[in-house]
Amino acid sequence: MWQYALRRLTHLIPILIGVSVLIFLFVRMIPGDPARLLAGQGATLQEIEMVRQDLGLDKKPVAQYFDYMGKALRGNFGKSMMTRLPVAKEIGLRLWPTVQLATVSMVVAIVIGISAGVVSAVKRNTWWDYTAMVGALIGVSIPSFWLALMLMYLLAVYVRVFPTFGYGTWRHFVMPAFTLGVGAAASIARFTRAAMLEVLNQDYVRTARAKGVQESKVRLKHALKNAMIPVVTITGLQFGFLLGGTVVIESVFQWPGLGTLLVNAVNGRDYPVVQTLMMLFALQFVLINLVVDLLYAVIDPRIHYA
Amino acid sequence: MLEWQKALRSFFKRKPAVLGAAVLLALILLAIFGPQLTHFKPTFQDYDHMFEGPSRLHLLGTDQLGRDIWSRLLYGSRLSLLVAASGVVFGAVAGVPLGLIAGFYGKWWDTVIMRSMDILLAFPGILLAIGIIALLGPGLYNVVAAIAIFGVPQFARLVRGSVLQLKGLDYVQAAQAEGSGDTRILARHILPNALAPIMVMATLRTAQAILIASSLSFLGLGAGLDQPEWGAMLADGRAYLQTYPHIAAFPGVAIFVTVLGFNLLGDGLNDMLDPRLRRNV
Repeated sequence: MWQYALRRLTHLIPILIGVSVLIFLFVRMIPGDPARLLAGQGATLQEIEMVRQDLGLDKKPVAQYFDYMGKALRGNFGKSMMTRLPVAKEIGLRLWPTVQLATVSMVVAIVIGISAGVVSAVKRNTWWDYTAMVGALIGVSIPSFWLALMLMYLLAVYVRVFPTFGYGTWRHFVMPAFTLGVGAAASIARFTRAAMLEVLNQDYVRTARAKGVQESKVRLKHALKNAMIPVVTITGLQFGFLLGGTVVIESVFQWPGLGTLLVNAVNGRDYPVVQTLMMLFALQFVLINLVVDLLYAVIDPRIHYA
Repeated sequence: MLEWQKALRSFFKRKPAVLGAAVLLALILLAIFGPQLTHFKPTFQDYDHMFEGPSRLHLLGTDQLGRDIWSRLLYGSRLSLLVAASGVVFGAVAGVPLGLIAGFYGKWWDTVIMRSMDILLAFPGILLAIGIIALLGPGLYNVVAAIAIFGVPQFARLVRGSVLQLKGLDYVQAAQAEGSGDTRILARHILPNALAPIMVMATLRTAQAILIASSLSFLGLGAGLDQPEWGAMLADGRAYLQTYPHIAAFPGVAIFVTVLGFNLLGDGLNDMLDPRLRRNV
C-alpha cells in the first residue's frame, strides 16, 4: 500500500513539472513586453527595467524558469500588480473561505447525491426513481450562476430568509453551498444509481437474501459498500470540478475567496496572481485525484497494489 | 441499411433521447429563422420602454436599455450554438488524431501525447478555459479556442481507449497482414468503429461547452458589450435582480433548455452504445 502510494506520488512529479512549465510559458506568451505589462500603465522606464530584473526577464528562458520555480518553492510568487502585496499573502487571505465553501458544498453534494442514488436504485422504476433521476438531469443541466441568482431573488429578496451575498454566518453558506453542490450531487446520484443497480444484480446479493439477511442490511452492507467503489471516483472528480465552480459562484455571492480573486485578477490582467492561482488549483486537483486512487485501494479489498 | 434501421428503431424507443433531439431541432430552427420571428433588432435600444415586463409587443419584456429580450434570445441562440459547437468540433479535430496516434503507435508516442494530455487535465473544469482567456483576452473567438483546448485531452483519451481495444481485433490484424498502410488502417478500419463514442462525447461536451461559454460571458470574460450572448444577458440582469428579475430569468431558461436538450440526447445515445446499461433500461 505504501509502496503504491509512493509510486503514484512519483507519477505526479512529471505532471506537476509540466503544469509549472505550461504556466511559466503562459506569462511569456503574452503578446508584447511582459515587463511593460506587469509594470502596469504609466510606469516609467526605470520601473519597467526594475520589473524586468525582478522577474529575471533579462536572463535566458531556462534560467528564468529555474529562478521562478526556486522562488515559488520557497513561497515567493512575486507581487500582485493591482495591490502590490505579495501574491502569497493575497492568496493566504482568501484560501480559508474557499476551502470552507468547497467542503460544505461537497458534503451537501455527497449527502444528497448518494441518498438520491440509493433510493432510486432500490425503488427502481417507481415514482421515487423518476423524481430523483429527473432531478439529477435538471441538476447537471442547470447553469449554476442562474440558479444562484434565482435563489437569491426568491430567498433573499422576495422572502428574506438568507442574506443576498457576503460571508460570515452559517446563513451566508446556505445558498452558495447549495448552488455549488447541486451539479456535483446530480452526477453522484446518477453514478450511485448505476453502481447500485449493477451490484444488486450480483450473485452475492442474491445469496445474502436467500440466507435470510434483512433487506435493509443487504442493501446497506452488501450492496452499497460494493457500489461505493465507482462512486468514490466520480466524487473525487466532482470535487475537482466543484473547485472550478467556486470561481463562478463566489463571484455571484461576492464570497471573499480564491474564485473572486481569480476573476478580478483575470479582469485586471494581474498575471502574477493568475499564474499562482492556476498552479494552486492544478495542484489541488492533482492531489485530490491521488487521494481518490489511494481510497480506492483502501475500500476495495480485491485490489492489491504491490 | 439494416444496422441503420435497427439503430433508428432503438433510438425512437428512448423517449428522453427523442425529446432531446426534438428540443435541439426546435432550437436550431429558432436560431435559423430567428429574424423572421421578431420585429426588433437585438441591439435596438428603446428608452421609452425600459424594464418592461412581458407584453404583446415585447413577448419577454425589455431590459435596462429597452432592448427586446425575446429578440436578443433568438439572436443569442446563434451565438451560443455556434460557439459551443465549433469549440467542440475544433477540440475533436485536434484530439481525435492525437488519440489515434497514441493508441496505434504506442511506445513513446503514447507517453509523450498522453502525458501532455494529463497536464491539460490537471486544470479542473472551467479553470483551463479561464486561464486561456487570461492569456488571449476576452471575446467569443477566444471562448471557442478555450472550449476547443479544454476538449482536446478528453477526445484524445477516449479515442486512445477505443484504438487499444480495436487494434487487437482480427479484422485489423488481417488488414495489417495484408499489407495495408497505417493511414489506411486508421482511416478505414479503426476510426469508423470508434466514431460512435466520439459522437456521444461530442453531444455531451456541447452541453458542457454551452455552460462554460455562458459562464465565461457571465464573468465578463466572453461576449463583448451589446452582443446578445445568453450569459452576458444574465450578467446584465444581475444588477436589476431586486426590481426586475425577468431580465436575468429568461436567458437562464434558454441556457437551461439548450443544455438539457444536449444532455437528454447524449444520455440516450450513450445508453444505446453501452450494452451493459441496456439491461437496466
